[in-house]
Amino acid sequence: MYKHNNPSAEGLSTPPPDDQPQSQPEQIQQAVDSLKDQPGAMLPILHAIQDRFGYIPDDAVPIIAESLRHTRAEVHGIISFYHHFRTHPAGRRVIQVCRAEACQAVGARALEAHAKASLGVDFHQTSADNEFTLEPVYCLGNCACGPSIRVGDDVHGRVTPARFDALVEDLTTSVVSLRGGMKP
Amino acid sequence: MTVTVYVPRDTTALSLGADQVAARIEQAAAERGVELKLVRNGSRGLFWLEPLVEVDTGEGRLAYGPVMPEDVPALVDAGLFDGGQTHALALGLTEEIPYLARQQRLTFSRIGVTDPLSLDDYTGLRGFEGLKKALTLDGQGILDEVKASGLRGRGGAAFPTAIKWQTVHDEPEGQKYIVCNADEGDSGTFADRLVMECDPYMLIEGMTIAGLAVGATQGYIYLRSEYPLAQKIFNEALARAYAAGYLGEDILGSGRHFDLEVRLGAGAYICGEETSLLDSLEGKRGMVRAKPPLPAIQGLFGKPTVVNNVLSLAAVPFILDQGGQAYADYGMGKSRGTLAIQLAGNVKRGGLVELAFGTTLRELMEGFGGGTLSGRPLKAVQVGGPLGAYLPESQWDNPVDYEGFAAFGGVVGHGGVVMFDDSVDMGEQARFAMEFCTVESCGKCTPCRIGSVRGVEVIDRIRAGENRDANLELLSELCETMVDGSLCAMGGMTPFPVQSVLKHFPDDLTRSRGGAPC
Repeated sequence: MYKHNNPSAEGLSTPPPDDQPQSQPEQIQQAVDSLKDQPGAMLPILHAIQDRFGYIPDDAVPIIAESLRHTRAEVHGIISFYHHFRTHPAGRRVIQVCRAEACQAVGARALEAHAKASLGVDFHQTSADNEFTLEPVYCLGNCACGPSIRVGDDVHGRVTPARFDALVEDLTTSVVSLRGGMKP
Repeated sequence: MTVTVYVPRDTTALSLGADQVAARIEQAAAERGVELKLVRNGSRGLFWLEPLVEVDTGEGRLAYGPVMPEDVPALVDAGLFDGGQTHALALGLTEEIPYLARQQRLTFSRIGVTDPLSLDDYTGLRGFEGLKKALTLDGQGILDEVKASGLRGRGGAAFPTAIKWQTVHDEPEGQKYIVCNADEGDSGTFADRLVMECDPYMLIEGMTIAGLAVGATQGYIYLRSEYPLAQKIFNEALARAYAAGYLGEDILGSGRHFDLEVRLGAGAYICGEETSLLDSLEGKRGMVRAKPPLPAIQGLFGKPTVVNNVLSLAAVPFILDQGGQAYADYGMGKSRGTLAIQLAGNVKRGGLVELAFGTTLRELMEGFGGGTLSGRPLKAVQVGGPLGAYLPESQWDNPVDYEGFAAFGGVVGHGGVVMFDDSVDMGEQARFAMEFCTVESCGKCTPCRIGSVRGVEVIDRIRAGENRDANLELLSELCETMVDGSLCAMGGMTPFPVQSVLKHFPDDLTRSRGGAPC
């Protein structure tokens, strides 16, 4: 079984990947400018930024505020209202475990406990090797075939603890083979 | 000769390996020199059979399921490409599977039958006939047809759709909006997702008809971010509908105008509440608004707005095509037409069951669902999502309709039926109802924001055996305060599951758990 060893990995700093854009503010400004004229532009802008960077960088807040004529506090308030938006980078993959009733009825509580123990993290934390961030989710719409989890845009159904381990193992192996070696 | 094989592509089929099944079938066909036409259809909604593979033969489509990738070689050996029926997974003609044959599919008549993105498939099965009819009528004419159908909002509140539309229609001309609520957050529901993934043009058609009826030229679909596949399929359908002239400034050469856009939510359950949804669409925190003013008068950006659930809008093409009376012929009492019931949780045969109102829960859970997946006795069922009561066996013989359910404190809601076997700890379920509200409350009103936090605490004390009687009384009072004092259904209905546990499963709440009180 794949086991992560450091249970307190929240806030782990990682070097930026090689393809990290040189000027983040410029890219943010570009994303904002391309969307700001549509009605109710705030959520589309936040989605665009998170899709691009994996999170909403602090730098984005004043740029969005200025462009949409909001205060920074308002922008911060909107970002923090929605569970989907994150203000810190996640691990390489985000695993969402469904906690809602239909999945509870078929073992989601046990799966949740297993996922936390197996990755060595609690919800909203990232594993020590920065591979996985674990998040709760309240329904993936796969309620007849739970327990369900989502990794990236893929939903997996009937996830037993054993199937969870196999999935994590697969994802880890593919990362290793892509990079040609495990990170220390 | 070309063999046509169908492998579904909805979220549930994919979650169980449909892509790998499709790849194996393609590989097997290539190895055997079989000329294969692989269609990635939508799901029929028979989820316990997914991935459900179908083969087109002269006599109709033959089904096989549930097919795991490793089953494919043996299936092919047993004559899959000729419709062979000797393999253990062979199910005979799809249309004759009793679960499907016994349904009354009006809204969901096409799901799983067609390639969701094929306009030819859609129009081949009466797609856009409702829109064509609507283009021959004026706004009031469309409204009258919807009125005759007796359609009520399928999102949960069951408000008559035509009255909402009439209000928007009667507002002075100017910018008006159609907003589709596709923030399907209730656990146990997936019918909106099925519409968007398996028959997206139906929703496009329904929204366009709504726009024509009330004089709105812009529509928004507020889709939850937990449905990435629905977003992908629907956006592709939108692009194709525009290209084919079903949307835009000159719908089918009529000179009428309707534009449609998908907006993504961001993981907030409360945005399924219509006023919170509107605030979110406007780019704000999804805070609930006080009503009045009604959204029909001052809705999105302060303009008259129809806010309807996916299923309400998806029912409209049938109503315009076949006539309001044809829809009203189904159902009972004031609940007309069909309801999309979604069997979920601990269920042997989970999936979508579309039936006229009036079937009993027992028939749904046992007749269709086949009882629990675990094989253990059913203990409780939660109907209508996380804000719905847990119903004990004594209530399973009530027919499912809005008034009938309301009479005993039940909620039909969006039609989700979540089944639990006898291993469930109802005390834990009551606690979760409150916990969910602490996570998802918008925070605007105190009973919901603070009440849910106190609710979790007091349930923990009860379960730990601390001042049990006094705390039970406190919990009852807290529930009453939340029901009476909350601004919207989130705080107002969160107590329903808790109260139902207090009433029907009190032993689960008060039974001492092992170990010391926490």
